[in-house]
Amino acid sequence: MEVPILKQGAVLIATFQAALSDADLNQLRMGLVQQVVKFRSRAVIVDVTAMDVMDSFASRTLREIALMIRLRGAETVIVGIHPEVAFAMVQLGLTLEGVATALDLEEGLAYLNEKFKTTN
Amino acid sequence: MSVGEILVAINSDQDIVLARQKGRVMATELGFSTGDATLIATAISELARNIISYARKGQITLRMANGMNRQGISVIATDNGPGIPDIRQALRDGFSTSGSLGLGLPGVRRLMDEFEITSQPGRGTIVAVKKWKQ
Amino acid sequence: MAKRDSMPTSIETKRNEEPSELLRELVAHLRQNRTQLREEWVVRITETRLLTAMTKEEIFAEATSVYDSYVEALETEAFEALQAYARNLSERIIPRGVETHEVVGIVLLLRDVLARSLFAKYQNDFKKLNRILDAYEPAANRIANTVAVGFVQERERVIRQQQEAIRELSTPVLQVRERLLILPIIGVIDPQRARQLTEQLLRGIRTNRAKVVVIDITGVAAMDVTVANHLVQTVEASRLLGATVIVTGLSPEIAQTLVTIGVDLGKMNTVGDLQGGIEQAERLLGYKVETLAEPR
Repeated sequence: MEVPILKQGAVLIATFQAALSDADLNQLRMGLVQQVVKFRSRAVIVDVTAMDVMDSFASRTLREIALMIRLRGAETVIVGIHPEVAFAMVQLGLTLEGVATALDLEEGLAYLNEKFKTTN
Repeated sequence: MSVGEILVAINSDQDIVLARQKGRVMATELGFSTGDATLIATAISELARNIISYARKGQITLRMANGMNRQGISVIATDNGPGIPDIRQALRDGFSTSGSLGLGLPGVRRLMDEFEITSQPGRGTIVAVKKWKQ
Repeated sequence: MAKRDSMPTSIETKRNEEPSELLRELVAHLRQNRTQLREEWVVRITETRLLTAMTKEEIFAEATSVYDSYVEALETEAFEALQAYARNLSERIIPRGVETHEVVGIVLLLRDVLARSLFAKYQNDFKKLNRILDAYEPAANRIANTVAVGFVQERERVIRQQQEAIRELSTPVLQVRERLLILPIIGVIDPQRARQLTEQLLRGIRTNRAKVVVIDITGVAAMDVTVANHLVQTVEASRLLGATVIVTGLSPEIAQTLVTIGVDLGKMNTVGDLQGGIEQAERLLGYKVETLAEPR
């Protein structure tokens, strides 16, 4: 399944679709890191608005993506987690600890702006 | 309107998505709120995932549950895998056999209202859960 | 002796009718005498002073549809459909103040009115009457049961809805400033209310695009482990939506409970009182109280 990845300056925006299988997620993980390297991006925003379920594998994959991207010196922000999905996630003990989160794309970009401002 | 029984064979990771999608549809048809339907779909996803991870293949059965003056959904995950040697351990929060999150059974139990597990080494595993409509 | 097989198989003359044929026969009779039997039933309803909350015209209107559904259920044995009908009917009449004993009462009255009419029709053939009743009674009893259950289910649903509405009213999520929500919790929280609070808060965070939430539990006397877990989950779930949670009014007892369930209070954002919590929230949001620059 193709996941659209947009480039907005130094930020890559990946919009995850709804019914991503494990194989899709694995491919994504590889693909995103490659793109970060290719474009020398400073940050990646992963938009999961379309995901109606976030299970342990999806959660683990997101954390791995963030980790691998950080190794490339870039920041990851997860945005668009639906309130009901967030509720289900914490029941399962999936907290995405260590990964930055924001309400939506707008907030995610604002967060990155703030971060880049202070680190420059 | 009567909701029948749905069996989903779990053989690949794609079946995990299929099982939870069917679960969400059934939950919605049964009149669950979207929030509860999400909890149910998430639980199904974890149960199906366990089947793939530990038994390679199995089955998820979805059907309506009827109780005293209440209705809900019943999800039964079965497999003929190696079985769980120590169920009490598996149900203790934080237990892990493979990787960071382990079986996630305590989590599934939190998501649903009723939880029953039968497992014997060499004889496979059956996890039966139910959620009632609020 | 004439052979039975060669006789015309008219339903009236066959000896051992199938129960379904008997049912069809009595259903036909009930349909034929619909107007009269329905009228009789309404009279009995009024006599026994049931459905006093409704006018005679209303009773008559509902009676018609109930009568037809009753007879239809006898014929088709589609009890699921009947239960759905009963819930539907209940949805209409519960707001009018109709109670369970009234609904059960009128269904039983209808059962009796129809039974008497069967007695009258077959009074000259005692054996046939018995067979007819053998077919009628289990179906009629099942109908009474189905309708009663349908009514009770609907009633319970309405009560749950009302309780839910009351709970929502009593736990407001307040937007005090832009991007700042305050959730004051007062009184006793049971797990169900805790869960509802969490869901409300999360929805509120999204709707108000809140970046900071102050949960004030000054008014909460005690918290058991389950509810304490809910609090922790609320903090974690809020973060997933990009919001920081500040907990204020944490009593020593509740702090102890949190430590017991393994919460690292050092990692949780806590402030003594609500005022302090709001001030910290404002700092987080960048509302700085500027000190005037010294005049140069």
